[in-house]
Amino acid sequence: MLTPDEWEAILLSIKIGISAVGWILLPGIAIAWLLARHEFRGKALLDGIVHLPLVLPPVVIGYLLLVSLGRQSWLGRWLHELFGIALPFTWQGAAVASGVMAFPLLVRAVRLSLEAVDPKLEAAASTLGAGRWRIFLTITIPLSVPGLLTGALLAFARALSEFGATITFASNIPGETRNLPLALYTLIQSPGREAAAARLCILSIIIAMLTLLASEWLANHARNRLRERDT
Amino acid sequence: MITTRNSTISTSAGPENGLRLDVRKCLGNFTLQARLSLPARGVTALFGVSGSGKTSLLRLIAGLDRPDEGVIHIGKRCLVDTTRGHCLPPHRRRIGVVFQEARLFPHYRVRGNLTYGMPASARSRFDPIVDLLGIGRLLDRMPGTLSGGEARRVSIGRALLSDPELLLMDEPLTGLDGARKHELLRYILTLTRDLEIPIVYISHDPKEISAIADHLVLIEAGGVVASDSLERVLSRIDLTTQLGGFDAASVLEALVTRHDDEYALTHLDLGNDQTLVVPLVDAPPGARCRIRIPVHDVALALSSPADTSYRNRLDAVIKRVGTLQDSPTSVELLLEVGHHPMRARLTRKSFDELGLAEGMPVKALIRCVAFDMRHL
Repeated sequence: MLTPDEWEAILLSIKIGISAVGWILLPGIAIAWLLARHEFRGKALLDGIVHLPLVLPPVVIGYLLLVSLGRQSWLGRWLHELFGIALPFTWQGAAVASGVMAFPLLVRAVRLSLEAVDPKLEAAASTLGAGRWRIFLTITIPLSVPGLLTGALLAFARALSEFGATITFASNIPGETRNLPLALYTLIQSPGREAAAARLCILSIIIAMLTLLASEWLANHARNRLRERDT
Repeated sequence: MITTRNSTISTSAGPENGLRLDVRKCLGNFTLQARLSLPARGVTALFGVSGSGKTSLLRLIAGLDRPDEGVIHIGKRCLVDTTRGHCLPPHRRRIGVVFQEARLFPHYRVRGNLTYGMPASARSRFDPIVDLLGIGRLLDRMPGTLSGGEARRVSIGRALLSDPELLLMDEPLTGLDGARKHELLRYILTLTRDLEIPIVYISHDPKEISAIADHLVLIEAGGVVASDSLERVLSRIDLTTQLGGFDAASVLEALVTRHDDEYALTHLDLGNDQTLVVPLVDAPPGARCRIRIPVHDVALALSSPADTSYRNRLDAVIKRVGTLQDSPTSVELLLEVGHHPMRARLTRKSFDELGLAEGMPVKALIRCVAFDMRHL
């Protein structure tokens, strides 16, 4: 049904998407928690920075990544010398770029669900002898699971469709960084490949829809499990 | 003067082992300033109207808020001492709290809620406490499926199983309908009888307090107006306004001496050979029970009248006479009957006609039907 090229683009997209969500998950929860539960100087600034990828042209993000993580930058050199990791022109780099672009969506969803957790329950847990970490891990996080799932899947969908930052930072290398949107873009650029482009276009829509449906279903399922109501 | 009641608070469990606090906290438009020393056993009720600062005081004790300045101790253990900058966080205070709303964790089953704060040392108490509260068949349910009364019971069990040294209860009957309220109050009563742990019980309902408290702390506008045994606070004529909700009644503890099965009556001893006869009570001879005598159900006579349906004619002495500002027709009297203070309210007219005065011996006539045994 699908051609090897199509399979390659899909699997690569999924791989990049999962890695992207994987690396932003913990920092995303941490920042969402800071924003949801704490008042501190520079909170508005942090909130703004988190949301930048949502409003900046993705090319700008890609460029900034290239400047800060490229081989020429000290951070990039340090990564390369210590861990042998090179980000530009690799799928890891694509994961970094997609992750940055997906970050605000994750933080927003997680923050909303953290804010919805009743602090009274956390107070009750503390009177039962639970310290801060135990409360966070046994009360706050489990009660935010619906939001966490929604956030993670939204971020995944965003990472799947990431184009601008990826092509700027990680380039368009078949089998390495050419995800679905890049493959589609390449086909559109080549004369006579309209049919193949249309196929990829439909594939993209299907995958995006499936992700959204899965997100809805998981979130509902988790919510129902949490809040079994009186009948 | 007035000898103390037959108290459940023995000297070994005196204030030096109980909760002691002296705190001040500014709360918006008023300041909470409280100095208290509570018995180490039994139930202490914090009574006051809404907004008087009861719950704020509870939050300071539990560690959910910090006092601006002051100290809080349980026995020798120091929970807060602002002069040393010492303030234990709630999870290290070993104080169980039963909140107004049950606050069960919605993602744990009842069993998980009960064991959430349970240390290994309290494991052996799981079954007895579950039985005591009658929640055995709820263990595998999710909290969202419980009724209001059931959820409250689970929340009480959860607090008890965290092995606290003190249990705080913040109006645990709020929002329950009459029957559920009655049921839950019975569970709490059983608990106060069976467990050694001291309880601080917040309420604005005089009936609840009369039913369960040993010690009463009266709170008004952020300050402590009175703190003493329930019996003694209720016998204070000067607090009649603040205690208006208590229907001006005397609460006393009496000893069941015998039952008269023919007439379905129970004899209660009040000390000094004073015996009360009440409708048959379901308690064995030797048991202590608490009775409530509204001031309106006490009449006075100078000598024992021969023809009267008043079953109880007790020897009493008038200890004090007071008047109420807002009620010029009546006179408040504090009597001593047996070992107990007892209040009575007469019209000023009959008070003058009988020529009553402080120190006079009188007969207190109490109607048989006026007894309210230890429940609502």
